[in-house]
Amino acid sequence: MAVGIGFRRRLDFLLLVIAILSAPVLSDLILSKVERQIDLTSQIARISSTIKAENDGSSSVSEILLAIPELQAKNLAYLTARVIEGKGKARTSGLALTVEPANPKGMPPALSFYSIVLPKPLANGDSVTLDVLAAFTHSLRPFPEKITQADIHLVLFQDTGHYLSPYPVKVQSLAVKLPQARIESYTKLDNTKTLGSEIKYGPYENLPPFSYSPIAIHFEANQAFAVARELVREIEISHWGNVQVTEHYDIVHGGAMSKGEFSRLDYQSKPQIRGASAFKHLVAKLPPRAHSIYYRDAIGNISTSHVRGDSKKTEILIEPRYPLFGGWRTAFTIGYGLPLHDFVFESEGKRFLNISFGSPMHDIVTDSITLKVVLPEGSKYFSVSTPFAVQQEEEIKMSHLDIFGRPVVVLKKANVVPEHNQFFQVYYKFNALAMLMEPFMLITGIFFLFVTCIVYVHVDLSISKSSASYLAKLQWDEVRATVQQIQNIINQCLSTHEKLEASLRDLSRTGDVQACKAARKAADGLLKELSKELKPLIAFLQSTPPAAHILPKVEELVAKERELQERLMAKHSTIVDSYEKKLGGKETENRVASVQQKIVALRQDIEDLMEYIDEI
Amino acid sequence: MASPESAVNGPTMTAGAASKSLRNAFGGVIAFIILVLIGVLAFSIRLFSVIKYESVIHEFDPYFNYRVTQFLSKNGIYDFWNWFDDRTWYPLGRVIGGTVYPGLTLTAGTIWKVVNSLNIPLSVETVCVFTAPIFSAFASWAAYLLTKEVKGPGAGLTAAALLAMVPSYISRSVAGSYDNEAVAIFALVFTFYLYIKTLNTGSLFYATLNALAYFYMVCSWGGYTFIINLIPMHVLLCIVTGRYSSRLYIAYAPLVVLGTLLASLVPVVGFNAVLTSEHFASFLVFIIIHVVALAYYIKGILSPKMFKVAVTLVVSVGLAVCCAVIAILIAVVASSPTKGWSGRSLTLLDPTYASKYIPIIASVSEHQPPTWPSYFMDINVLAFLVPAGIIACFMPLTDSSSFVILYIVTSVYFSGVMVRLMLVLAPAACILSGIALSEAFNVLTRSIKFQLPGIAGNPSIAVRMWRIMSTSKENGSSTVVAPNDIPKTEEAAKEKPAKKNRKKEKENVEKKPTPSKTEKRLLVLPLEASVIAVLLLVLLGAFYVVHCVWAAAEAYSAPSIVLTSHSNDGGLHVFDDFREAYSWLSHNTDVDDKVASWWDYGYQTTAMANRTVLVDNNTWNNTHIATVGTAMSSPEKQAWEIFHSLDVKYVLVVFGGVVGYPSDDINKFLWMVRIGGGVFPHIKEPDYLRDGQYRIDAQATPTMLNCLMYKLSYFRFVETDGKGFDRVRRTEIGKKHFKLTHFEEVFTTHHWMVRIYKLKPQRNRIRGKTKKSKSSRSVSSKRDVRGKRNPWH
Repeated sequence: MAVGIGFRRRLDFLLLVIAILSAPVLSDLILSKVERQIDLTSQIARISSTIKAENDGSSSVSEILLAIPELQAKNLAYLTARVIEGKGKARTSGLALTVEPANPKGMPPALSFYSIVLPKPLANGDSVTLDVLAAFTHSLRPFPEKITQADIHLVLFQDTGHYLSPYPVKVQSLAVKLPQARIESYTKLDNTKTLGSEIKYGPYENLPPFSYSPIAIHFEANQAFAVARELVREIEISHWGNVQVTEHYDIVHGGAMSKGEFSRLDYQSKPQIRGASAFKHLVAKLPPRAHSIYYRDAIGNISTSHVRGDSKKTEILIEPRYPLFGGWRTAFTIGYGLPLHDFVFESEGKRFLNISFGSPMHDIVTDSITLKVVLPEGSKYFSVSTPFAVQQEEEIKMSHLDIFGRPVVVLKKANVVPEHNQFFQVYYKFNALAMLMEPFMLITGIFFLFVTCIVYVHVDLSISKSSASYLAKLQWDEVRATVQQIQNIINQCLSTHEKLEASLRDLSRTGDVQACKAARKAADGLLKELSKELKPLIAFLQSTPPAAHILPKVEELVAKERELQERLMAKHSTIVDSYEKKLGGKETENRVASVQQKIVALRQDIEDLMEYIDEI
Repeated sequence: MASPESAVNGPTMTAGAASKSLRNAFGGVIAFIILVLIGVLAFSIRLFSVIKYESVIHEFDPYFNYRVTQFLSKNGIYDFWNWFDDRTWYPLGRVIGGTVYPGLTLTAGTIWKVVNSLNIPLSVETVCVFTAPIFSAFASWAAYLLTKEVKGPGAGLTAAALLAMVPSYISRSVAGSYDNEAVAIFALVFTFYLYIKTLNTGSLFYATLNALAYFYMVCSWGGYTFIINLIPMHVLLCIVTGRYSSRLYIAYAPLVVLGTLLASLVPVVGFNAVLTSEHFASFLVFIIIHVVALAYYIKGILSPKMFKVAVTLVVSVGLAVCCAVIAILIAVVASSPTKGWSGRSLTLLDPTYASKYIPIIASVSEHQPPTWPSYFMDINVLAFLVPAGIIACFMPLTDSSSFVILYIVTSVYFSGVMVRLMLVLAPAACILSGIALSEAFNVLTRSIKFQLPGIAGNPSIAVRMWRIMSTSKENGSSTVVAPNDIPKTEEAAKEKPAKKNRKKEKENVEKKPTPSKTEKRLLVLPLEASVIAVLLLVLLGAFYVVHCVWAAAEAYSAPSIVLTSHSNDGGLHVFDDFREAYSWLSHNTDVDDKVASWWDYGYQTTAMANRTVLVDNNTWNNTHIATVGTAMSSPEKQAWEIFHSLDVKYVLVVFGGVVGYPSDDINKFLWMVRIGGGVFPHIKEPDYLRDGQYRIDAQATPTMLNCLMYKLSYFRFVETDGKGFDRVRRTEIGKKHFKLTHFEEVFTTHHWMVRIYKLKPQRNRIRGKTKKSKSSRSVSSKRDVRGKRNPWH
């Protein structure tokens, strides 16, 4: 079956090759040496080629064309070229060169072209060595397309055995690196040999332009085929010291679809055999000093994650709720805070955020990434600089206590691989004072709340100031105040009584008659004064009509109090008297008994009256 | 309205009177601060679940409420009223807007909207999680207001503090427990407060507010029938005991008229507000109160003699009319099968009703009668303080205190019928205990204060004073001390602390009414006894606090969808299987797939997995639930046919045998059999029992071992340990090795707690095979003759 499909593909390619061969040669460039290495150890096919180009013609050449078959071109995620200087061990790679899609005339339509702009034009006879790295996603096709839990996961990879180029190639070789030594089948050309998990083609010499020999490799691949179908990264800058990153993932296992049963028993007892194609966890490499890391999904926290941190990085191992078999999906969110000073800098009056672009997950393919940089409220004049082309939009986000909203720079890109994890910059202008706006708003809000409370309490909201009920209310308030004063005075009287009683007790203990008399004198004075104070108050009550119903009670109270006073004085004088006459305790008791009873009754009455008045 | 009699209530000593002005000045501020602190306490004690677990919705019903709130916040109020939910009760669907009490969702939806309009981006989930704690703070404030109306601010504060942390209420209102009861208890207490307030003031303003509060209660919870029966009962009590007043009329009549009108605006209640028997009591009392009002009016304008004549005339005519009306009413009510009462209400009136007729009500654990320990667990020391509070309410008996007494008596009865209604008891218990504690402190501190007149720092004088008082007592002269008080309290001091407090409290309270008005005496206890009693009361309160915190932290904060266990080395092991399964369903099945499970998991499946279910926790259609129960208790083939006829694609079972999770489907299975058998008689409970015992080991009946639930639970279970030892039932399973013919396992969670099976597609007919299967089919067809196996064919 595998061979059948591969064969059909090969036929397509043959037609393509025929088309290619009819095309004219572009320029006088000759590739003197091409070394290619295809790394298939992860789900991303990374092809790195070292190309040595020589100008054989008369005119100088300023760009080199790369040809990629259309089939692969749509999976191309990343393409860079660098100049290599020096030889052997002293090789150093220079800056990345500009690579842009080209559309040279007269070329076969089944090929896509990219042109590498050289740093300086290549004169006749000069040569340059380039290092070209291309990463392709979704180019490992699972075959068979549906497997059961127990099956091994096989994938098919197709490419050309000879380097496809619009230029003649003198010497070339190809090495394919596979994850495991187990190879189901591979296309054998001349000079093919396998070395463990590596297949080597070549060297081949002196091949014309557009030479193409399709190869297909069918091998076992059990690495995680984690594909984020959609990733939304939100980076929110707070000048209070935090850069908050929130990443929403929609993950699918991009390998062969799982069919039939999933048996937990088999998976748990023999995870290496009965769950080889599944992946259990993902590893994310976060920047150092990441804090407040969380990992959750729509229905709550996911408890299976581990964080390890050191000074270079913070590594977080996250396990989805269930192991992912082929075609299974899951969705989750991770979030973390980063220290502001590590990522936001100032230069020339402008601030800029400098943070990496892609997902921090290890070896993940992102089909579509939406990156939102939320700038603080009040930021102006923002611009973005990215190392590669992205789609750019702007929107406004309303967040905590915003009035105008925060400007958001939205960057979108499809087909992202870990190679895209490069730093990009968002420049903006922000006045540090704007930071204080929200606290100020809160303070003002609370301040006005209190002010309204104070105003409400102090303002008279009655509609008519001259209405009868309003006046009655005012008068009633006065009456109440007066009654309160009377009560205070009575209370003072009562406490004076207490003192008198206390002095009597002291007398029984110490026998000091003089002290007792002195207390009596003081109490007398005090009581007189109090009764003087009482008079105008009572007079006021008598003159105000609303107090009519309360007046009898108050008068009764005052009368009772006076009576109590008299009784108490009588008792006091009796006891003092008997002391002076040195009468026995029993006799004194008898003499006082009747008075004592009345005192208690009176006191009780006064209590009751006070309570009653209180209630009114 | 304070009569001289009520002045007995708090006779303060002179020292107390002196400090009164100061107390008045600062009392308000202090009470306000205390109330704020009580609110903070009520809120924060409920956050254990968030701190120990996570901010997540708990249990089953809250998930439904959460889903409804999500819908509301997304689609708006009008779509909400018209929401026909096709994700549940497949193929019937459910009209959510008309069958749900909208109070809770509308409240949370409003909070969410307000917060978001202030640009504070809270998620709906966060709002839902924290709604319950916020409303329990409100509830304790409402309890303060209610108790203040009954017995003054001191009792109010105590009651509020008690309610803030009563475990019974905590169990329903921890953060994440987003259930109707969370707001309903606030609404209940607040309605009662407004009723008492109206009764005390006779103000129409409060009467209107009362009707609105009642409306909010009707919106929030089916328990509103408690209000609409309790208040008429109280009104009747007042009338019977001769306490009719115009205030009573104002408190009651507007409530019935406005309340009923408002209640019928709530779709789920609608015309039930006038049609069902639960509301009849209120109308009857409404008539009675008018008759009484008329009688009082006539009495006022007629001379006593004329009045007598009128009474005899009216009574004779009135009796005849009443008899006729009552006869008609009874005839109308009796013509309906359930006598006009809903099943749950009938369960309350007749506790044996549910177990006899409606197994689905009986199958819910919260509808069982509570055990004695659960009273201690849920209201703790309040159970002992309540009697004292009742006695305190009799001294003196006012309109409001009689209401509180009626409230506690009825709620004690209801809590005895259903565990769930312990929740209604909790506020009543808190209010009465608050009154009891506050009265006790009142008496004790007064005694202390009396004996330390402003010289608290000098104990010798206090002792001396005490001596004077005791000597004067010996002389037989009347003193401020009630003569037989001291020996009794000293006796009591020897008894156990908790009992002692209660006893003393009782004694104190009993003492009060005995002296007549002329020889009223202050109740003063000896200083030592009072100090000790105060200390013991404080200790009692401390025990209560400790218990409440323990209950909040340990017993009631588990969200039940996440389980944890402590491993031997002290580590925490998390069992998150439910969410694992729901997450799998939500991401790896088709949006329109139907999932069959027992009804317990219906709400969670729709909310978390967003898949259509056959039955859910709403349990409105007994037949549908019985169908699922029948399928689960049928053999594989019949079950497949039932499920297939209902378009089911996946079957979800909960199985605790691997990790020892006791509330799994095998333990619930007998209810499936009972409910299924209640509708489809070919399912017979005895077929699943061996000698009346439910077992799944080798002794189990073949029907049991062949039913779908057994097979789905134990499929390949034996291979885990070689023996098939079930950790929940603590036995080896009966049938160990078997294959599934009509179902295939598609997912099992990490700890095997949830297992999901897929219905195998119908097999293609192959000629050669039909003959083979014929023999086996003839066997089954023979069985089919006995009764219809599949209710859907």
